Amino acid sequence: MRLSHGKKIFFQCLLLYAGIVMICYGVWRGEAGTVLSKAIKICLECVGIG
Amino acid sequence: MGKKFSGFSRLLARFRGWIQAAATLLTNIHLPNFSKGTLYRGDAKTVCVPGLNCYSCPAATGACPIGSLQAVIGSSKFSFSYYIVGILILFGVLLGRFICGFLCPFGWFQELLHKIPVKKFSTRKLKPLTYLKYVILLVMVILLPALAVNDVGMGDPFFCKYLCPQGVLEGAIPLSIANSGIREALGDLFAWKFFVLVAVVILSMLFYRPFCKWLCPLGAIYALMNKVSLCQMKVDKHKCVSCGKCAKACKMDVDVTKTPNHTECIRCGMCIRACPTKAVGYRYGFGTGKDKAAADAPQKIQLTKEQEEQP
Repeated sequence: MRLSHGKKIFFQCLLLYAGIVMICYGVWRGEAGTVLSKAIKICLECVGIG
Repeated sequence: MGKKFSGFSRLLARFRGWIQAAATLLTNIHLPNFSKGTLYRGDAKTVCVPGLNCYSCPAATGACPIGSLQAVIGSSKFSFSYYIVGILILFGVLLGRFICGFLCPFGWFQELLHKIPVKKFSTRKLKPLTYLKYVILLVMVILLPALAVNDVGMGDPFFCKYLCPQGVLEGAIPLSIANSGIREALGDLFAWKFFVLVAVVILSMLFYRPFCKWLCPLGAIYALMNKVSLCQMKVDKHKCVSCGKCAKACKMDVDVTKTPNHTECIRCGMCIRACPTKAVGYRYGFGTGKDKAAADAPQKIQLTKEQEEQP
């Protein structure tokens, strides 16, 4: 599928806007805290213990 | 394509190895933690790094996007991660698979392994395997952590647990060397993951970036975003002599003249360096860049007519 110049700009702007809104909403509902609490501890599954 | 921009593209492609090394260092900046056998626990770990980099690496600066996605989806509080998906969309639109080619530590690791002088094999006939990474993304990263949950509603990070070799390379190996408690706790799961790592290491010596091509779910996300990414490949049709050197040079099996923004193009710039007429280069910006070329074209014709009229 080839996007025309105008359509491509539209999708790029839409995705950038959607990305920013999703990040803000995710932070607002506390997802960033979940990420931090996972990332600062040794991930047992990652290292092959869990 | 301007001479200045073509020169910049070539420069970027030429110094890619150094950029990869710098990106790996910045992604793993807390080097003294290797000797301590502990992790960095600062607030920076709230933010995801762009490449595949285990957050259980003692030196890790930020969080792994794929690990974080599974952690949020598999948590008892959430069933979807707007935060991580938003970050991945931003990374995807701003850079696309340029991240794979320039910023991913595991991509660089595979490239270094591929420099070991043993017999090399082409992956052109193994193209169907490139779809495997999308299946892994859907099944191991999204569906299983969300659906295969325990009594308290928590799911395992299946990709990290059973497939990701980065956890063993960056996490298990350095941590078990520095920490005897972790060393004693390693069991069958570690043995399986170590086998996966060894398999990826051997395959990387024989094939170019096998993990990126066939297995990486992060690469799959960026591949889906490659067509709408601001970072694109551009071929100047007026300069191109159709010699085919760019397609031959591409180790990701892409013909940049036919599909400059192919899902498998990691923007490594091998085509840029191979092009004898400097027809291939990077382009960064909104749209396809065709309107500018179209707008320039009539001006050029007009200029020629004016020049003709001059005595």
